[in-house]
Amino acid sequence: MENLDLGKVSLIISFALVIIGFWGLLSQKNIIKIIVSFTILETGVNILIVSLGYIKGRTAPIIDASVEQGANHNVLNSIVDPVPQALVLTAIVIGFGVTALLLAYAMKLFRAKRTLEINKFNDLKW
Amino acid sequence: MIKNFLIGLVLASFVFMFYNLYITYEPKTELSGIAAHYAEKGGAEVGAANLVTAVVVAYRGFDTLGEVTILFLTASIIGFFLKLSKKDEERVIVHHGTSELLITASQILIPIIFLFGVYVFMNGHLTPGGGFQGGAIIASGVVLSIMANPNREINHHAILWIESISGISFIIIGVLGIAIAGGFLDMRIFGLGKFGDLFSAGAIPVIYSFIGLKVGAEISNILNKYQKSQKES
Repeated sequence: MENLDLGKVSLIISFALVIIGFWGLLSQKNIIKIIVSFTILETGVNILIVSLGYIKGRTAPIIDASVEQGANHNVLNSIVDPVPQALVLTAIVIGFGVTALLLAYAMKLFRAKRTLEINKFNDLKW
Repeated sequence: MIKNFLIGLVLASFVFMFYNLYITYEPKTELSGIAAHYAEKGGAEVGAANLVTAVVVAYRGFDTLGEVTILFLTASIIGFFLKLSKKDEERVIVHHGTSELLITASQILIPIIFLFGVYVFMNGHLTPGGGFQGGAIIASGVVLSIMANPNREINHHAILWIESISGISFIIIGVLGIAIAGGFLDMRIFGLGKFGDLFSAGAIPVIYSFIGLKVGAEISNILNKYQKSQKES
């Protein structure tokens, strides 16, 4: 257990979430379940990006007492990478917008056919 | 059958790809390039204790402006998409009362939730948090109030005004940066103040408060549209 690397653990979790999300997107028939799979996929990608900025044994990128007590009183040697976290903050907000739009479309589709089964929406199929 | 096989094939190729990524993964040992600059100079240049906030609002403020624009665009598209006809707009649906527990709990919790949201976006430069998180917390208070009383009408005009004023103030502060400090969205227009104080880091607390109000108003607006579209026949 001692040499369990948190970076690798979060990589495995994010890969698992991405694969579960793709499985849901491809195999589910209900539109709400497809949207839920989409958000799971998105969470997996976000965890992946954050985990790429992880550095072993360091603390969050907030300059306070815990950073000053860290290695050699140097910010450079005691925090993880702040850039992926800032990018993920953006990605979460965009993901929220996309999910909200998907739910609005789902509502409209339900009004059109009174069903959420994706197989019933075959108007563009030949 | 063939469909399940194809799904399995796609997932297997993903597993293969991720396996290769995993075995070649080398953990980082030190900050590189731009991140090292942010870590070393961020405290002195921007004055924000939370370096993620320093990156989001100061170094990449333009990104955040785009982000807020995308949220606004989402709210507008949903408003356009779920627009009701005149006849549906006037329909009145009376929902039955919800549980007594929910109503009582919401009366106690909603002010606290709003206060916590305001705390989170005011202290975005010192603690983990910021405008987007605070706005989302405020919107969760709005969700609770709708659930406790489904007949409640959200004040559309108040939301519209809060959103517009905070959006315009964001831009005005950005333009002030050109006149007073180094360029568009430069946060040093008020002076940096004492590191770690509530009123420090230049305009970051002000900007994040406006972003928090704007995000809260936009999410409430989306919720309002969802709630109203129940009237559609």
